[in-house]
Amino acid sequence: MFLWFHRLGSARYFFDFARRLTPWLGSLAAVTVITGLYLGLFVAPPDYQQGDGYRIMFVHVPSAWMSMFIYVFMAVNAAVGLIWRIKIAHLLSTAAAIVGASFTFITLATGSIWGKPMWGAWWAWDARLTSELILLFLYLGFIALQSAIQDRSKAQQAGAILLLAGVVNIPIIHYSVLWWHTLHQTASITKFGMPSIHSSMLAPLLFMWVGFMFFFFYLLMLRSRALILEYERSSRWVQEAGAVK
Amino acid sequence: MNSPFMALLRRDLLLAFRNPGDLATPVIFFIVTVTLFSFAAGGDLEMLSTIGPGVVWSAALLSAMLSLDGIFRDDYEDGTLEQMLLAPSALTVLVFAKLLAHWLSTGLPLIAVSPVLGILMNLDSDVILILVVTIALSTPVFSLVGAFGAALVVTQRKAGILLSLLTLPLCIPVLIFSVLAVAATASQQPVGGHLSLLCAFLVFSLTVAPFAVAGSLRLMAGD
Repeated sequence: MFLWFHRLGSARYFFDFARRLTPWLGSLAAVTVITGLYLGLFVAPPDYQQGDGYRIMFVHVPSAWMSMFIYVFMAVNAAVGLIWRIKIAHLLSTAAAIVGASFTFITLATGSIWGKPMWGAWWAWDARLTSELILLFLYLGFIALQSAIQDRSKAQQAGAILLLAGVVNIPIIHYSVLWWHTLHQTASITKFGMPSIHSSMLAPLLFMWVGFMFFFFYLLMLRSRALILEYERSSRWVQEAGAVK
Repeated sequence: MNSPFMALLRRDLLLAFRNPGDLATPVIFFIVTVTLFSFAAGGDLEMLSTIGPGVVWSAALLSAMLSLDGIFRDDYEDGTLEQMLLAPSALTVLVFAKLLAHWLSTGLPLIAVSPVLGILMNLDSDVILILVVTIALSTPVFSLVGAFGAALVVTQRKAGILLSLLTLPLCIPVLIFSVLAVAATASQQPVGGHLSLLCAFLVFSLTVAPFAVAGSLRLMAGD
């Protein structure tokens, strides 16, 4: 087990591992997302208050979960990479960044599409929306920092330090935004507290979440393979692999 | 008095005061930005006093960031930073001296100017007092957090925008509680809680940031 884990730290083994994993993750993601969409769009009943409009939640809520999960995932990889000097861990957080930023953007976009008919405004300075927006800035800062630094190893380590600082700050930011929001609460914003959710609505939500999880790891494997090929392009095994195909 | 800490502090302050232009830039930027806002908002006194604290606050944050861009770069380019990395005294202590010098030469002027800007923004005197207190409590936090960002981009030549992107999100909590404190004063509510939280942020960043800055510097400028 430990040896296997150790081997994964090598770019070459990881590349093979990722290549074998990719089709499985992709098909699992497709199956679960399609099931979740079917359950969410056709099986789940309309909400008694929001009608069919609430169905965007089946994309919105799992994306929001993913956006936070991916940041923590990146931070854990950053810590692993910094402490044990494992290059693959850095590579994984680099590969995950754009996917995380995209999920954050999807969360914001679907949130405001939902907000237009429900709140009457595209954007409200609601605590959760604002936290997501700041999370998007944190993702963009990470991506910008990594692309600004020429030396790859330094870029990865600088990004890792930034991620760790960010993950310490996220709870602070979240709660300060929450308090700011509650003190500034205006009448137009109704808190979208989730009441005990019915199982017919919970099931598609969970399916979508699991599906997004598979989808994320599918994309992660694809992107990390691409990054490995780019980083190791001068190494022999990559050139041989290129020559064979 | 000859400790490395004092020596570096004296050197950085000397450098700052020998370049009065650099010293004045953040303050001038601060004043110009606030003036610009009042033009943009239409100069209605009633409205200015509502948005005033926020405007003064954002401008202070931006000017502090502006001044942080080069805090380590000059030392990096002329080799001083390398000597600091090699020096027998702890890098954290040296970083702390640099940050203190930076705050004394840029943070204090901002604090000194802010009451005048408060008057321009038609704020009441008790609101101005709290505004100055919050700016005084938060400019050290900006120096500390911003120095962390500046250390990460020390090898980049033009990193002003990148630095803002990295550090402004991290400064949002401080901004929120400062503006809350000012708003509470304006509506005659107690401000103690907000100020305590600001102090907590200050203590937290004082404790953590010098280590983070030293670590980032060692990583980016080392080897």
